[in-house]
Amino acid sequence: MKSVGLFVTCLVDLHRPNVGFAAIALLEQAGCSVSVPDSQVCCGQPAYNSGDDVSTKRIAQQVIDAFESFDYVVAPSGSCAAMIKEHYPPLFADDPVWLARAQALASRCHELFSFLVDVLQVKDFSAEFGADVTYHDACSGLRELGVKEQPRTLMSNVQGLMLKEMDDTDVCCGFGGTFCVKYPDISERMVDDKAALVRQSGAEVMLGGDMGCLLNISGRLSRVASDVRVYHLAEVLAGMAAIPAIGEAANTEEQP
Amino acid sequence: MKVQSLNFKARSTEALLDDDLKAALSNVKQGFIGKRAEAVRLVPEWEQIRAEARDLKNHVLDNLDHYLVAYEAAVQARGGQVHWASTSAEANDVIVDICKQAGAKTVTKGKSMVGEEANLNGALEAAGLEAMETDLGEYIIQLAKEAPSHIIAPAIHKTRQQVSDLFHEHHAQYGLHERLVDRSALVNEARTILREKFRCADVGITGANFLIAETGQHVLVTNEGNGDLTSSLPRVQIVIVGIEKVIPTLEDASCLLRLLARSATGQHFSNYTSLMSGPAQPGDLDGPEAFHVVLVDNHRTEMLAGELREMLRCFRCGACLNHCPVYGAVGGHAYGWVYPGPMGSVVTPAMVGIENAPDLPHACTLNGRCAEVCPMSIPLPRLLREHRRATFERSLQSASARYGLGLWAWLAARPRLYHWATRWGVAVLSRLGARRGRFSRLPLAGAWTQSRDLPSPQGRTTFMQEYRQRQSDANAQGGQGS
Ligand code: SF4
Repeated sequence: MKSVGLFVTCLVDLHRPNVGFAAIALLEQAGCSVSVPDSQVCCGQPAYNSGDDVSTKRIAQQVIDAFESFDYVVAPSGSCAAMIKEHYPPLFADDPVWLARAQALASRCHELFSFLVDVLQVKDFSAEFGADVTYHDACSGLRELGVKEQPRTLMSNVQGLMLKEMDDTDVCCGFGGTFCVKYPDISERMVDDKAALVRQSGAEVMLGGDMGCLLNISGRLSRVASDVRVYHLAEVLAGMAAIPAIGEAANTEEQP
Repeated sequence: MKVQSLNFKARSTEALLDDDLKAALSNVKQGFIGKRAEAVRLVPEWEQIRAEARDLKNHVLDNLDHYLVAYEAAVQARGGQVHWASTSAEANDVIVDICKQAGAKTVTKGKSMVGEEANLNGALEAAGLEAMETDLGEYIIQLAKEAPSHIIAPAIHKTRQQVSDLFHEHHAQYGLHERLVDRSALVNEARTILREKFRCADVGITGANFLIAETGQHVLVTNEGNGDLTSSLPRVQIVIVGIEKVIPTLEDASCLLRLLARSATGQHFSNYTSLMSGPAQPGDLDGPEAFHVVLVDNHRTEMLAGELREMLRCFRCGACLNHCPVYGAVGGHAYGWVYPGPMGSVVTPAMVGIENAPDLPHACTLNGRCAEVCPMSIPLPRLLREHRRATFERSLQSASARYGLGLWAWLAARPRLYHWATRWGVAVLSRLGARRGRFSRLPLAGAWTQSRDLPSPQGRTTFMQEYRQRQSDANAQGGQGS
């Protein structure tokens, strides 16, 4: 049995534990044994993208330590997986020992959907979801890891799910990690454009594979009073999308 | 052009409120992106040409001194003169000098981004010369006294109404008194005025898209043909160009030309692609009496020696601007100098100093669409990160951003403390947000909630907490069973 270390990602840990449990369910269903190391926190992108290499390296070493004993490390996020896979090794260009360890981990690191489809070759989880959905391609997964067809393959095997592609599905939603709070006005225009495209698609539900984008877009959709609901695709595939959507009230009874 | 990149934030906020600009920028999206995609689709070997072009430019950059000296010798052999300018100011001095020596009064100019870098028009005017831009877009922004807002479509931010107003104001001196509204009337008006200027100019100044080391020729690509009239009619011809534009042979130019127009405008080829070489030779029917090339460094050799070297492959097609969602939101002027968008956010700090443009490399989500379309395969997000490193090392970011990051990084290196802190955070947030499932306002999160709600955490526990709980429950049950 393949051992997988689940890199939960900080946003799933904080905001949407359901995505982590859904990922575990999918990986187990696909025949893996899944562990969740305690010492994980974050992949280091906030530091890395702010130009703070020293902190990034410290965090990267922590991740490498925690995950290198597994056959694979898998993250329900293209952005965090790309960080480990593409950006960790160059950080250690001057340090042969850590470079080798970073490269070894990078070669075994995968985004969840591409791991299921490309590595495990499992494409059908017998899920049901009766809704018209549209899918947002998150930028890092798309451009750094080539995650594009895999989620669509998985969605095509979900009973009842109708995919209604929005225009410009590959254009950034304006999240960008710290970008969205450093340049809130620009981010607003970008996420507003994105929310408009989501609504124009005619879908009732928007799915994606990265919590950052999902929080951003769902936050804008609810701000403009749209009733499009937002989930991570893993929740749908694992049959765990019966809970309120991201940003939706847990208790639907309106208080007086 | 005065550098105003320090005001990026304020300028971008202002730009976002400008409805005319919004309409103009939607033309960039609709016009350029689709046409480029279609033009590229029709070239099955696109990726192969792209790889060839990248290798070719890398080879040139590795041997830049050799090719520049070869180019100089070839120009001299054809009777032209080559001038080396290490700064923009030097380039301006050389050009003003040539004009004065030629006894020139009027100068026509083809579009040149290196000329914009140097604010050449300002230098010519200060020296008492009348300088006139002949590219329609450049002409419009010259009348408006503005910087270009796009590297291939400098007046893309202007609406037709605004152009009409400009002509009404400035062409009264040429006898225009009615108001022109439709596009062709405006183009005709500009053409009529420019024809006369072309005919009378003493000196013509253009840029160049490529310099051919083998032959001493240069390639000039335009859609309006104005570069050709600027080059061939005046007595004296001057080319102002960055040192990175040299390539070995004409054949190499054909490789790059296959990429250039397709990436820029989605045309297979621009309307005019001209090869020029030196002054008129004995027996030639026309052509300039004197020919000068001004090779400008302006921080390019610093880039060559440093981490930004790959940026010197850029041939200024503009595709990265057209595909950048930030440029698409704020337009070119927000960037505060002559180069906007992704390439500008790399080049501007390199040329004007990172301390004068610290926001530019950060005002980007690193979504990578620019690098995906860049025909020269320039890793723009990686180069922006190089600048970010410099801003971090020199503490050029706001204090709140630095302290916030520092606190977070400190916590992130202490997993037990981090998990403890997040448990508390989630418990509090979820209690506050449970009723609506989201926050429309929250202390310290104003930048987020000004434009979108903040979804509240799904439940009262973090994933890690819940996972451990489930595990210990399962273990307890397993223990009872045995
Ligand atoms: S960086 Fe690339 S896409 Fe942008 S202008 Fe230069 S060559 Fe064109």
